[in-house]
Amino acid sequence: MSTAALPAKEAIVSSAIALATRGLSKAFGSLPVARDIEINLPIGARYALIGPNGAGKTTLINLMTGMLAPNAGQIFLGGDDITMLGPQERVRRGLARTFQINTLFAGLNALEAVTLAVAERRGLAGKFWRGVGSHSEAIDEAYEILRKLRLGDDCYQVTRELPYGRQRLLEIALALATKPKVLLLDEPAAGVPQEESGEVFEAVASLSDDLTLLFIEHDMHVVFRFASHIIVLVGGAIFTEGSPAEIAADPGVREVYLGKRKHG
Amino acid sequence: MTSATTITPQAYLQAQSRWHPLEIAFWLATLLPFVLFPDYLSLASQIAITALFALSLDLILGYAGIVSLGHAAFFGIGAYTAGLLSKFGWGDPLSGLVLAAAAAGLVGFAASFIISRFRHFTLIMITLGLGLLAFEAANRAHWLTGGSDGLQGMSIWPVLGIFKFDLYGYTAYAYSLAALFIVFLGVRRLINSPFGLALRGIRENWVRMPAIGADSRAHIRKAFTIAAAIAGLAGAVLAQTTENVSLESISFQRSADVLVMLVLGGAGRLYGGLVGAAIFMVARDQFSGIAPQYWYFWIGVLLVTVVMVLPNGILGGLSHIYARWRRK
Amino acid sequence: MLPPIFGVLFDGIAYGMLLFVLSVGLSVTLGLMNFVNLAHCAFAMLGGYVAITLVNEFNWPFLATLPVAFAAAAIVSVALERTLYRRLYRASDLDQVLLTIGLAFISVAIAAYVFGTTQQPVETPEVLRGSIGVFGLDLGKYRLFLIGVALVVTMLLVAGLEYTRFGAQVRAAVDNQRMARGLGIDVDRTFASTFALGSGLAGLGGALAIEIVGLDPNFAFTYLVYVLIIVSVGGLGSIAGSFAAAILIGVSDVAGKYYAPELGAFLIYLVMVVVLMWRPAGLVGRR
Repeated sequence: MSTAALPAKEAIVSSAIALATRGLSKAFGSLPVARDIEINLPIGARYALIGPNGAGKTTLINLMTGMLAPNAGQIFLGGDDITMLGPQERVRRGLARTFQINTLFAGLNALEAVTLAVAERRGLAGKFWRGVGSHSEAIDEAYEILRKLRLGDDCYQVTRELPYGRQRLLEIALALATKPKVLLLDEPAAGVPQEESGEVFEAVASLSDDLTLLFIEHDMHVVFRFASHIIVLVGGAIFTEGSPAEIAADPGVREVYLGKRKHG
Repeated sequence: MTSATTITPQAYLQAQSRWHPLEIAFWLATLLPFVLFPDYLSLASQIAITALFALSLDLILGYAGIVSLGHAAFFGIGAYTAGLLSKFGWGDPLSGLVLAAAAAGLVGFAASFIISRFRHFTLIMITLGLGLLAFEAANRAHWLTGGSDGLQGMSIWPVLGIFKFDLYGYTAYAYSLAALFIVFLGVRRLINSPFGLALRGIRENWVRMPAIGADSRAHIRKAFTIAAAIAGLAGAVLAQTTENVSLESISFQRSADVLVMLVLGGAGRLYGGLVGAAIFMVARDQFSGIAPQYWYFWIGVLLVTVVMVLPNGILGGLSHIYARWRRK
Repeated sequence: MLPPIFGVLFDGIAYGMLLFVLSVGLSVTLGLMNFVNLAHCAFAMLGGYVAITLVNEFNWPFLATLPVAFAAAAIVSVALERTLYRRLYRASDLDQVLLTIGLAFISVAIAAYVFGTTQQPVETPEVLRGSIGVFGLDLGKYRLFLIGVALVVTMLLVAGLEYTRFGAQVRAAVDNQRMARGLGIDVDRTFASTFALGSGLAGLGGALAIEIVGLDPNFAFTYLVYVLIIVSVGGLGSIAGSFAAAILIGVSDVAGKYYAPELGAFLIYLVMVVVLMWRPAGLVGRR
């Protein structure tokens, strides 16, 4: 299948594109939050989504993951139209996300949380006869994910007692437990104190190359370091997109975003 | 500081479901009434039945986080089913128990499709509404249920053909306690299974569940159906051991009382309902002389205290103290 | 002569108006903060007992006790809000349910202790006794008064919501709490004031209810169910919804008792469950 530029409103999506949207639109009453958005994420991409506050970045992720229903448009995962599917179905097909504000199982410890995610993926979560402890493959898989994210030593600690930075890592661990093909990261280092944010970025950097990544980020240093392609969202619509060099040089972007505010 | 290097993840999770010596002590203690309080065996029987009912509510409230103000509907359905079976000629207790639990479970399954679709205030109101509807239905259908006069004409055969239910209450308590223990074993397994973990996930963070690919509604339907069946079983035991069914078994008062007991003992801790039921019922027995509104005064004070001071009930408070003592 | 249905309708509407005054406060506070206050009818009961005490012990004219019933309930609600409710704004549904049911239990016991368990009689003021003949219908004067009071309350509430700054804050907070906070609206304070107003109205309703349904310590729970049904059917945070639902429930209840007494409350519960399944946020609600 050709990976050359696709016609704009073409409803057929190449299978080399991991995640795509066509004409995605959403409005709350008379307030548009997403306007005719078209995105193409090639497999293995490292794309960044930036834009001023209120531009609709998290809304876009909510639309892609099915937490919000669009007014118009389509979403394709690996060439399949997933627009009508519910959130958990999209996760089963390989689309996972992390939340900007930690959305964790506060009373479970890290091992239990990730084991639960693994169990759900393996279809074990409905089983009520054998103890959790007897499902050794699921547990081993969960522990391996935690270990890779340097959470292995803390895995028995209750989530709410973990330092904020480690909780952010757990956010990622939970998403990884679903064995996603596409991972949407919503400000992965948001709220993490300076000393701990390095761990988060290393975790992001170490993610497998066949995992397709789209991350929302405000810190321009992070964006330029990790992203191969940047999409700029303003007022719910795509303002422009391009390589980091192009975006850095674009005066329009500078005016709308880079110049106007100090990063943080 | 960390014991992570000395214990494997699998061993850790397996250790979670091991029997704690306190648990064994608890169950041994339930045998004491036979020896120490033979005059109170009928009260002990009531406690066991109520504890079983509280356990069923814990499954949906303490573990899945569903606040139900109408759970007595299933208790009542079980009670009336067992009662009607007996009244119309089939007085065998064990099979009656199974059929009553199945009936309650079936209704619970149907209701679970409604319950799983709603949250928060709407859900509370729907459970209240369904509970009140069940009460009204039982009340109006007095040709079947006896209405406010209660179900008459029950006659229960001896358990396994040998053990008669008599005035001394030995059979009744043994029967109730056995039902409680066996079901408890099943619930305990369930809690320690991946399904139990999923229920806790639902309670801990509803939003995260679909994000890890979980079908929360399906889990809730399953839990609700099982809880309804257990509640029905408890109701059937009551009907069979007292050879009587009254509207009280399906009333809002029973729904509210079991909620208080569970909260008192501590929801989400498996034993909370059992402990709460024991304390509540013994206290009520001791204070049975005073007028109902004054009894509820103290329940009110208790509720306010628990919410403001002891959010995880008695067991929660005890485990908190124990944890702090261990850290010293 | 008009057929009896008009009499039933009139009684039903009057009853509905009473229920509206009782319910509107709970609807707005639930819509504002999602705070489940099951002690709402205990405030109504308080207002009723204040009115009774003033009339029977201090020989006040009945009409003069109404504002005092409103004020007493409002003041007590402020005290409770400051000490207890405030801590639970972000607590779980269960905690809110338990705390407020506990307070309701306590209030019932206090009422029983102080006033006894039988219904308290109150003499209707001379001017409100009897009925007026309209088109061959006997319209009870008290019921007309009730409808009048409810309509005045409704107009004041609607005007207040539309035209005052406070009203705008309430509407914003009901619509989207997070955004309201973002705009600098102190939602917690807005809630406290609205809560006082709503509880005051409940107290007023309690005083008004004495003549229609009588007052005994169980009032706090007996009418709680009706109020909850009206609030959930009408839609949280909606005055129009509560108004419509109150009339619907009031008329259904009176008509049910007149035409089909065997059904009892079955119909009302069924209506509630069905409406909630069809529209979980109530007929006019938005969440």
